[in-house]
Amino acid sequence: MPPAWETIIGLETHVQLRTKSKMFCGCSTAFGAPPNTQVCPVCLGLPGALPAPNGAAIGLAVRGALALGCTVHPKSIFARKNYFYPDLPKGYQISQFDQPLATSGTLSFLSPERGIINAGVVRLHLEEDAGKSIHDRFAKATAVDLNRSGVPLIEIVGGPDLRSPAEARAYLLTLKQLLEYIGISDCDMEKGSLRVDANVSVRRAGETALNTRTEVKNINSFAFVEKALTVERDRQIALVESGGSVTQQTMLYDSRENTVRPQRSKEESHDYRYFPEPDLPPLVLTPEFVAEQQSELPELPAQKRERFVASYALSREHAAVVTNSRAVADYYENVVRAGGEPQAAANWVMTEALADAKDYQDQLRVAPGALAQLIALVKGGTLSHQAAKKVFGEVAAKGGDPRTIAESLGLIQVGDSNVVSGWVTDVLGAHAPEVGRYKNGETKLMAFFLGQVMRASKGKADPKLAQRVLEEKLAS
Amino acid sequence: MSDAPAKAVADRLVKAKRLNALLTPPKDLRKSLSAQAAAARPTGVLYGMPVAVKDNICTLEFTTSCGSRILEGYRSPYEATAVAKLKAAGALIAGKTNCDEFAMGSSTEHSAYGRVLHPLDKTRVPGGSSGGSAALVAAGAVPAALGSETGGSVRQPAAFCGVVGIKPTYGRVSRWGLVAFGSSLDQIGVFGRSVHDAARVLSVISGRDPRDATCEDRDPLRLPTVPESLQGFVIGLPREYFPAELDPAVRRACDRAVRHLKDLGASVREVSLPHTPYAVPTYYVIAPAEASSNLARYDGVRYGPRFDGHADVRSLYRTTRGQGFGPEVRRRILVGTYVLSSGYYDAYYRRAQQMRSLIAQDFRNVWDRGVDLLFTPTVPTPAFKAGEKLADPIAMYMSDVFTVTANLAGLPAMSLPIGRVKGLPIGGQLIGQAFLEDEMIEAAYALERVVPATDEA
Repeated sequence: MPPAWETIIGLETHVQLRTKSKMFCGCSTAFGAPPNTQVCPVCLGLPGALPAPNGAAIGLAVRGALALGCTVHPKSIFARKNYFYPDLPKGYQISQFDQPLATSGTLSFLSPERGIINAGVVRLHLEEDAGKSIHDRFAKATAVDLNRSGVPLIEIVGGPDLRSPAEARAYLLTLKQLLEYIGISDCDMEKGSLRVDANVSVRRAGETALNTRTEVKNINSFAFVEKALTVERDRQIALVESGGSVTQQTMLYDSRENTVRPQRSKEESHDYRYFPEPDLPPLVLTPEFVAEQQSELPELPAQKRERFVASYALSREHAAVVTNSRAVADYYENVVRAGGEPQAAANWVMTEALADAKDYQDQLRVAPGALAQLIALVKGGTLSHQAAKKVFGEVAAKGGDPRTIAESLGLIQVGDSNVVSGWVTDVLGAHAPEVGRYKNGETKLMAFFLGQVMRASKGKADPKLAQRVLEEKLAS
Repeated sequence: MSDAPAKAVADRLVKAKRLNALLTPPKDLRKSLSAQAAAARPTGVLYGMPVAVKDNICTLEFTTSCGSRILEGYRSPYEATAVAKLKAAGALIAGKTNCDEFAMGSSTEHSAYGRVLHPLDKTRVPGGSSGGSAALVAAGAVPAALGSETGGSVRQPAAFCGVVGIKPTYGRVSRWGLVAFGSSLDQIGVFGRSVHDAARVLSVISGRDPRDATCEDRDPLRLPTVPESLQGFVIGLPREYFPAELDPAVRRACDRAVRHLKDLGASVREVSLPHTPYAVPTYYVIAPAEASSNLARYDGVRYGPRFDGHADVRSLYRTTRGQGFGPEVRRRILVGTYVLSSGYYDAYYRRAQQMRSLIAQDFRNVWDRGVDLLFTPTVPTPAFKAGEKLADPIAMYMSDVFTVTANLAGLPAMSLPIGRVKGLPIGGQLIGQAFLEDEMIEAAYALERVVPATDEA
């Protein structure tokens, strides 16, 4: 991007709340059921049916709002958003409009370009999902599945505070992390439980006013967030640079072509005719209810990260990795509690443990106590780091006690100076020319000798002891 | 129950066929009544009582077409809470009654299934929109019937037909299964030949229902006893409900009823509800606005008939809605869509809501001054001629002028016969305080005993 341009992005994120039943009826929200099997008069929009709010969904929404530092309003209003579409059975969606559940929050995230950014959350409101139109299943026909109709969502409207596609991605990942942490959503973009639309505009560096924006839709995977926004940003810049101007419209992203195209005008420019939903009284939240939701919130990722920096002397980067998910953070702390040295524990978690988990459906297979023991064995000189990695693999696969496994594999380091001395003598004897070169000042050969000693000992020699013995013998 | 009572019920209803008040075919009716009678619980307080149900209230036994082509043959897979409660009390659901399409109208001329005749004069309308229910009760075919109210659709036909009609407080009766017209105004109401018949049916269908978030968490209404006098009652006569142009016979009937109220010991005083002149315009913004949204679901996608000529989804909507809805429904959808549109919302919908608050405040001001109940004419005129107001929607709407206020304010109100003019019934209206139906019914009991309901005024 030419440095003369600045990109302004604000994200609108729809998040499916993790409830057993739908927002306004008792139907199941389970994903993947046969089409139109999780439906009732309410979510089918049958004549005479009425919505009854799901208290669990309201609780989760309040937790989300609190985690984002929003003001949760004691009274909010459900509103009808009216439009015609075959997968919208009532001809309106129950949402919230001018009196949302919560407003004015922030999401603190690490921008790849600007460091820690506090992005504004303009509002957070409750709504129900529409059904799903399936256009590619039957020739010349669109099928409608209403299992999703009425599933509870929150919409989180972010301010125009993001300055690049990469930043938008970082924001979204941080938001996902937060929502997963507090357990209110699965945030699975592939299953549609997290969906994002982006408002994008560009301006010349130094300008302060916001220019006409477009809304980019159909970004249905994390992988596409950055790509879609880059394509749209580049399109707008090219347009303005060639003397054109940006039209306010909705752009649909095509991930196969990596292009955006304007939504046909027929599909947009709705006048949604919002008005207060007369079937539902105002949503009144008592201070007790809000306090209860607050008490249900766990330590949030940013708090946990800072605590790890303070308590375990981790760098902020390491703390960020270790606190990336609640499960990993809990695991890390259990390793430390079991006696694992904090920095070593972080190193192990970030490398071996996460790599192993990646291959086994996010399972952390080595028990925290076992990892703590492994760390102690390395620190005490009983195991080399290389040997410890082997033991880790064995414990992960079969379980058991690290020391016993290390012994059975013959991986315990030899710290007996007589034995090590023997290996050193053998190595120096076998490499007389190198010994000569070393004595002539080519001291970097020390690494070579050490490698040979480790090889001769099949990795069992204590490297520190071996080096000391080598230095002694070469000095004589 | 033996089959004989069910057969007698069916016979009476079929005899009233000429009124076009019942939409259920006689064969279906007989079959269902027999089955219902066999299944009815003898311990119920309404055991064996036939209750006809307006066609916009969902029943399992019969189709629910709302008097509309767009729901022709529609069978609901569930039943309204009010209907379930009637059945649980042992009542028999005595078929579905004709009504203005989606309850939009004041004459039952706007039904896709033909107009309902006034039982006393076939050239006249029975009122509406619950005209079928009112006519059947007036004709003696059933002792009671359910109707629905959005702006007077029970009280106005009750007045025209000379029966009792009660609209409860908003939130007294569950709306679950009542096909929505104006959700913030809609309530199921009851017709009866007597105050007692209407009141006991109301008592059965009232009470909390978790499926309707606007239904109050209250026990069912408890029926008052018939009072010896109305000593201690303060009854207000709102001067805006007795305008100079009021039909003289209606005025005479009201004056006579007021004398009876005084004779019963009630203290009667004139009061003012200054925002009354704005009620009809306010109502005709809010009700169509809500209707335009409530009726969006009739799109031909999931249920109801589809009409020819749809190449794509837009034309499916156009043909279904264009041909499925009648002219009055289309008119209100258009008005409602307009008043909610961006740029017009503030001028119409928002102002109407503000006016609605003022109208409700008018009533509170009167109650605050110690008034218990209001007495007014129910409708400015007796039943009008069929076709008389069809070409003039505004004249038709003015028929609701004394009834829409109770819906806008959410108050209980009822109409009872207080006299006749040239053989046509005249209704007197009582408006009560929210959830104080018992006081209103108490006064109605007392008045009913003394007022010469079938005498010329």
